[in-house]
Amino acid sequence: MIKEHAPVLVILVPLLSAVLVPLVGMLRNRFCWHVAFAATHVSFLLSGLLLFRVQTNGKISYRLGGWEPPWGIEYVIDELNSFVLVTIAFIGFLATLYARKSVVAEIEPVRIPAFYSIFLLFLAGLLGIVITGDIFNLYVFLEISSLAGYALIAASRKREALLASYNYLILGTIAATFILIGIGYLYMVTGSLNMADLRERLPALYHSKVVLTAFAFFSVGISLKLALFPLHVWLPNAYTYAPSVVSAVMAATATKVGAYVLFRIMFTVFRVEFDLEVVSITSILLVLSSAAIILGSVLAIAQTNIKRMLAYSSVGQIGYIVLGASIVNETAMTGSLVHILNHALMKGTLFFIAGCVLYRTGIEDIAGLRGMGRRMPFSMAAFTVAGLSMAGVPLTVGFVSKWYLALGALRADLWYLVPVILVSSLLTAVYFGRIIESIYFGRAEDGHSSGSLSRERMHEAPTGMLVPALLLAVLCLVFGISASTTVGYAEAAARLLLGGR
Amino acid sequence: MEPLQSAIPLYVVSVSLAASLLIACSRKAPNLREFWTVGAACLKFVLVLSLIPPIVRGHIIECPLFTVLPGLAMHFRVDALGIGFAATASLLWILTSFYSISYMRSLREHAQTRYFTCFAIALSAATGVAFSGNLFTTFVFYEIITLCTFPLVAHKESAEALRGARRYIVYLLGTSIAFQLFAILLAYHAAGTLDFRNGGIFPASVSAAYLAIVFMLFVAGIAKAAVMPFHSWLPAAMVAPTPVSALLHAVAVVKTGVFVIFKVILQIFGVDTLMRIGAGIPLAYVASFTILAASVIALRKDNLKARLAYSTVSQLSYIVLGAALLSPSSIIGGFAQIILHAFGKITLFFAAGAIYVATHRTEISQLDGVGRQMPFTMGAFAVGAFSMIGIPPFGGFLSKWYIAIGTLEASALPILLVIALSTILNACYFMPIVYRAFFRSPLPETDSHHTPGHDSSPSVRRRIHEAPALMVIPLVLTALATVVFFFMPSLVLDLAKIVSADALGGRLR
Amino acid sequence: MEFIAGKYNYWIYVALMMIGFYAMIAKGNLIKKIIGMNVFQTAVFLFYISIAKVREGTAPILWDRTVLYDNPVPHVLILTAIVVSVSTTAVALALIILIYREFGTMEEDEILRIQKNGSAVPPGKPE
Repeated sequence: MIKEHAPVLVILVPLLSAVLVPLVGMLRNRFCWHVAFAATHVSFLLSGLLLFRVQTNGKISYRLGGWEPPWGIEYVIDELNSFVLVTIAFIGFLATLYARKSVVAEIEPVRIPAFYSIFLLFLAGLLGIVITGDIFNLYVFLEISSLAGYALIAASRKREALLASYNYLILGTIAATFILIGIGYLYMVTGSLNMADLRERLPALYHSKVVLTAFAFFSVGISLKLALFPLHVWLPNAYTYAPSVVSAVMAATATKVGAYVLFRIMFTVFRVEFDLEVVSITSILLVLSSAAIILGSVLAIAQTNIKRMLAYSSVGQIGYIVLGASIVNETAMTGSLVHILNHALMKGTLFFIAGCVLYRTGIEDIAGLRGMGRRMPFSMAAFTVAGLSMAGVPLTVGFVSKWYLALGALRADLWYLVPVILVSSLLTAVYFGRIIESIYFGRAEDGHSSGSLSRERMHEAPTGMLVPALLLAVLCLVFGISASTTVGYAEAAARLLLGGR
Repeated sequence: MEPLQSAIPLYVVSVSLAASLLIACSRKAPNLREFWTVGAACLKFVLVLSLIPPIVRGHIIECPLFTVLPGLAMHFRVDALGIGFAATASLLWILTSFYSISYMRSLREHAQTRYFTCFAIALSAATGVAFSGNLFTTFVFYEIITLCTFPLVAHKESAEALRGARRYIVYLLGTSIAFQLFAILLAYHAAGTLDFRNGGIFPASVSAAYLAIVFMLFVAGIAKAAVMPFHSWLPAAMVAPTPVSALLHAVAVVKTGVFVIFKVILQIFGVDTLMRIGAGIPLAYVASFTILAASVIALRKDNLKARLAYSTVSQLSYIVLGAALLSPSSIIGGFAQIILHAFGKITLFFAAGAIYVATHRTEISQLDGVGRQMPFTMGAFAVGAFSMIGIPPFGGFLSKWYIAIGTLEASALPILLVIALSTILNACYFMPIVYRAFFRSPLPETDSHHTPGHDSSPSVRRRIHEAPALMVIPLVLTALATVVFFFMPSLVLDLAKIVSADALGGRLR
Repeated sequence: MEFIAGKYNYWIYVALMMIGFYAMIAKGNLIKKIIGMNVFQTAVFLFYISIAKVREGTAPILWDRTVLYDNPVPHVLILTAIVVSVSTTAVALALIILIYREFGTMEEDEILRIQKNGSAVPPGKPE
């Protein structure tokens, strides 16, 4: 039963629990977390099961309510989305673990049941986007996750969060409506909403103006959603002022899902030939993503707030993900897909740690991290690992992604992209190096300067927050040292997307 | 000969890595901590020694570790070139350990645990580079060295130390990411492998222009070799405590750089390929320029460590020169220089540290008469200096001799002149120090150049006042070693000849 | 002429959409932005409904005599989209209420100024 209906249960469990949580909250406020934790846990296990089944038996097609595919809604799980699904479910699971303590500090107690409820809705929406094979269903899930996302950002105690959330809402709605228009145009000419079906029907219509318009709306809408430069303006404020756990989840999953949608539309609904020959979207994306990579890093250097710096660094990292897709060969695509996971691991760690520091010390500025290596050694070790990984130091996940992206660029004879990647690695090394140096060599403002004994008492974040962060940091190393598994998944997905190109 | 499988290379690397953990855990017990350092150093050296006999017999020792990605693996492969470097580094680590312990304790330095921990990791990584079987492994350990020596350079945590350390890491990390990684990518793209192979990895179909670009990127990317214009991190790194300068910036770190250049020239490109694209001689001229320019700069430095640093820059380029000339004797000379310069230069740095500990003096102009006060130290210093200059009864002569013969084999006469000129310059910047120390009368003790925060012991003008014995003994030993190498050249030359034969084997056969 | 008159539904939809879009981007008042957003979304709904129309078709009711009826699928889709739109409006209005409580204004530039200068209307003091 479970095995058979796993595709829908992955979403249903968090979705129904989202309804359950406020009810439980009426009884006992503190049980909300348990429900949320159980739901995300189940969801993660199910997604793991799906990944395993796809890897052994190939594509799974699930008919929602038993309706035949072109008419009914179909859930399709293939090499691509099973991989993304597990990434999201895993981050969601860890974030719930992390949220328990973090939320108490950053959100007003009365709002906590609502917070968990919305959090589960958000995850369900993201998982739904990834799993569905129906393009309108995708829109619905997109809106579920977006609406939940606006609310999550606004849940912060910071008043700046309200306007950040509002602006995100306006831009997010524009994006979603653009996607809706795109869907409408596609439906107008094909009469179908099923992605696989669209793929079959569209090639005959590739030069139709309606299809071109649809594609234009899709690309702008999705780029806005995934914060591709220069449509990233909503992101820094949203990530900076949101509660830490929300920043972590959004940075690690929401933009990744945006990238996933982009790949789905570009390479599954439309075909590679269309992207290359009819609209040459790839060359546009190539320029934009290169600009994102460089400018994201440059802007990150200029920041003084930890979370804002991480947000700008996300803009750059999204550039990497899109870059791999716009190079259009299997190697680069592999890099791009594996970076979806890798960046989720790194950015998840970094935002988690930023939250730990905030929880323990109330510090939000980079300058406040001086000498923190003695106060919070484990947190700072995790931060260092993730930071080095961001800079692409070998034996960390960051290196793996960059290796594939750069190699893919070379194989596509786009050698000038390699300096882009390397320069951005250097810039990343600058802004993380600066922080790491002040963590370990800076003196805390009130610190005494003598003696080899620890200057301040060690005061770590609570275990519940530390463990998820450390786990992610360890995974940054594990998947950097032995990347064959993750790269294997990404390679299979890349092959699926590009059809052996 | 067929390769031998052995896990010893892994043990060699992990001994000091394990030691670093133990050291970090023994923060509370300094004596135990120091025991781990010394024990690991001795064990490491013994393990390295055990690898030498099979290598001298012509074997190669393989030790595959794990695969990171398809095509990228961590892999150890020990040949004569690598074992020479590893043996030098691990032998000198033993001596440096004693020296550092004494140095750090005499000066009551802070953060000693961090210091010894990072030191052990750096040594692990240096042997890792020495044993690496492909460019990826090399790159990984190369970066580890850079990262874990940063705390050593920044040890004092003063603004000046941090500034120096920042420049250090920016140069090393920056060039290695921007150029070396780029070169590795290009090499992998063209050859499909990164394994070191005598005779090179590139198929003949790769165009000369492509290879020339890759080669340039490699040379620029291996800034640890301190070839100009990528040398200025080395003088900046002299803010580190002297034992760090001694072992890392005269032996482990910089030798890693030239070692990698050696590897790239001989085993990634191969002598034949480089001859084909004609990249050797231009590099030889760049190295020659560095030799001369660094010597001239050294002449003008009054700070003893700064002068030694520029001398290192200059001497390192001899090694690069030896490899770049691509002739049998120059390769022997370059390899010998890796080992002989290590012993010579570490003596000089040890002496500089001993002088600092005993008298708190750092400038050459303050060294008048120090030789009478510290006869052993300054005697060893003189020996080291003679070896650097290349005067016959000392080891340094060997390497220069072979490189000079190499210039003739490569029919590059101008470079022979460079060597001659550089020898004169070396004499010009070392001899005055020795002269001052022994033949000038000591300065009055009212000298105000003392490092702030320390009381220098007064009224020690004529009496013998050496640094602690644990510091003096190592430096005397390394000085003696340079003499021993001259009289027993086979210690170095046996391996050197294997290196040279391996590199040129393709042509001889 | 045919181009304009024959596809008047598209022109209306595009015009409405642009009006809404303009309001969302250019207006400084948060409520006006929401109004613009509603216009914007409704325009898209109209577009969907208009493409569902079949000439001479009747309402898509399963009825034994009908042979020609409008395509029901866009209607269904738009029902969903309307729900989404209403929820979006609800979230946006909730946010505006919170913003108003916090800052005492709904003008974006004023809010930004208050955020920057740190001067605050006493919290929890609406009206």
